[in-house]
Amino acid sequence: MLHTFVAYVEDLPGVLTRVASLFRRLNINIHSLTVGRSERPGLSRLTLVCEASGEAGHRIRASLFKLENVVDVDDIAQAPAVTRELALIKVAATPRNRAQIFDLVEVFRARIVDLTSESLMIEMTGVESKIEGLIEVLREDEGRILEICRSGKMTMRRGHHVSSVLRAMGAGDAEEARETQENAVES
Amino acid sequence: MASKGNPKGHAHEANGSAAAPGANAHLHPPARLTGAEILWATLVGEGVDTVFGYPGGAILPAYDALRKFPIRHVLVRHEQGAAHMADGYARASGKVGVAIATSGPGATNLVTGIATAMLDSIPIVCITGNVPSKVLGTDAFQEVDITGVTLPVTKHNFLVSKTEDLAQTLRHAFQIARSGRPGPVLVDITKDAQQGSAVFDFEVAKPRPYRPHPMLRVEESGLAQAAELIRNAKRPVILAGHGVMESGAMEQVRALAERAQIPVALTLLGLGGFPASHPLNLGMMGMHGEAWVNHAIQEADLLIACGMRFDDRVTGKLSEYALKARKIHIEIDPAEINKNVKVDVALVGDLREVLEELLPRIAGRDGSAWLKTIEASKGAVAVRDIKNLPDLGHLYAAHVMHDLWRIAGSDAIVVTDVGQHQMWEAQYFHHGKPRTLITSGGLGAMGFALPAAIGAKFACPDKDVWVIAGDGGFQMTAAELSTIVQEKLKIHIAIINNGYLGMIRQWQEFFYERNYEAAPLVSPDFVKLADAHGIPGRAVRTRAEVAPAVEEARRAPGAFLLNFLVEKEESVYPMIPAGSALHEMIRRPGKRAKDPLEERAED
Repeated sequence: MLHTFVAYVEDLPGVLTRVASLFRRLNINIHSLTVGRSERPGLSRLTLVCEASGEAGHRIRASLFKLENVVDVDDIAQAPAVTRELALIKVAATPRNRAQIFDLVEVFRARIVDLTSESLMIEMTGVESKIEGLIEVLREDEGRILEICRSGKMTMRRGHHVSSVLRAMGAGDAEEARETQENAVES
Repeated sequence: MASKGNPKGHAHEANGSAAAPGANAHLHPPARLTGAEILWATLVGEGVDTVFGYPGGAILPAYDALRKFPIRHVLVRHEQGAAHMADGYARASGKVGVAIATSGPGATNLVTGIATAMLDSIPIVCITGNVPSKVLGTDAFQEVDITGVTLPVTKHNFLVSKTEDLAQTLRHAFQIARSGRPGPVLVDITKDAQQGSAVFDFEVAKPRPYRPHPMLRVEESGLAQAAELIRNAKRPVILAGHGVMESGAMEQVRALAERAQIPVALTLLGLGGFPASHPLNLGMMGMHGEAWVNHAIQEADLLIACGMRFDDRVTGKLSEYALKARKIHIEIDPAEINKNVKVDVALVGDLREVLEELLPRIAGRDGSAWLKTIEASKGAVAVRDIKNLPDLGHLYAAHVMHDLWRIAGSDAIVVTDVGQHQMWEAQYFHHGKPRTLITSGGLGAMGFALPAAIGAKFACPDKDVWVIAGDGGFQMTAAELSTIVQEKLKIHIAIINNGYLGMIRQWQEFFYERNYEAAPLVSPDFVKLADAHGIPGRAVRTRAEVAPAVEEARRAPGAFLLNFLVEKEESVYPMIPAGSALHEMIRRPGKRAKDPLEERAED
């Protein structure tokens, strides 16, 4: 199954090697790993997604905690959480066939962030399935996609909401929340 | 488990015992010292009085400052020896051992010793010099990325390139090495960090309070469940590991065993944690454990694992391991829970503390039926035991171990190498006290015994220290004989010499159709080798000579080497082939069979 770990690690040279090395040692492939500053000074926050057996979650979390530079580890498992990924996609587009892309971008609630006479760049944030949906549609036109850059998943646990609040928070968000949970259940 | 040392106390002791007047000026905080001085001053503060090392260009500033500090430096002959000595020192004393090496080859030579300490959870701190920080990463002369190299075999490691970070980093390294599940820590110090100067204040350099692993968990419900399982068990067995000694839980394990009348099986590293002479002691479990021990584990309805990690040499084939038993696992490392064996109750914490909480819930219990069953299962095995064979003029290693044990007694520290002799020692030398067997269990590093014994002798100068090594392993680190002479150490050396890499030969006999490829081994005359070092020695060829030779070694004023020329093609029995289940053991050959007899445990 897919595991998602969120960890706070010390912002020091070599810390990422230690985290990555743990997964290498366990012969587990890292699907995605995003790291950046956090709300805690001196600490980076990372989201790491990997494929491992169901029982492996406990041991991975315990082993991550054994790393001296790891301050906190959360195994998101199936807890209610918001997961997002950022993608930048550069597609070949001339003034003649741009309009079609603009429509697509509109449907997927993405944005155009760069435009030249030969290409344009799409920025999109969302759950993995949504980003993959856009990429799939773009691929229908062979040779159109020039470059793809994806951030990997970023995950944050939801606060303690009752379900009525979740519903009230808006269709879009609720839809994504459902997707997140479905993804978690699938994997 | 909180850190054991009291650095402040050590600092005062060390301050009081410094040799040269004025030497202590460096230790009175706060003072401005060079990095090299800070290194030694911090070690003194942490209670270190002996280090094992080898100088080289990148660590020379540190060596230059050594004379000002009350620390004994033991010059090794190879850095692997330094790491093993620090390890042996730590195992014998319970304190942190320290090894020092230079950059590049000096540092890489430490790696086997570091891995040995890692696999057996031994607290050592290794200090290496490195090239100046300006040229780090340029492939400068003798530069190796040793923090990168040792990352998977250290509990943690540090690269220090600023003098002002040195004291705090070193103190942190000691804290990490000895806290929780202990392990090796490496501190790599650039040459310029040794040469620069900074204000040194031991107190200010104190690390943050130790944070126990956040997943330690000993819940009321778990304790109650464990007590309930123990109360209802008909055929319980305690599995006692290295953690018994690491957490100092000898009394608690004994109390549990005696109160509930539960027999105790030991891992290799657990030997000594529960007295061999105790009526509830079953002996060593696993690949070369006695049949009745493994049989009892396979038949048990409850296993209480205390500070052990269900290593593959202990469990055999996991899918057939102790299938009838519920399992309680008391362990300080949460990453060990359900790693190899799924357990019913996990009490994740320091063994001694957990047992202190558990014991009040354990009532007296009649275990006699189960104990009788186990006793009966010993049956004829004991009779077939080689130590009971009449003297037919052959010298068996088992005889040597048995006689050594009778003469050297349970106070001696025995340091074994790796292979057949290691298993024979574990079977026939009955350890009654903790920290009297020092051996490389997890890594199985040949060449361990001689240097580890040197470390143990420094830790326990008043104890008899015996090296027991095979002819193969001894040659891997035999150069340390010179260290023994230079340091004037009284260490007894017993070489179990069968002219083969014995365990290799045994595996080839059992599993590779006696194809003894690369197993026969030509060795020097070890007695002459010892003589070349000025160490007296004697060759022993018959059983009648064993006892007098051992006595002679003990009486000798200094080191003494005994070369036991034992049966060449003897094997260690019983044996569970790797990957087989505990009950599928190869037993001692009986009268009927010349070849190893495959028997079932029920036989």
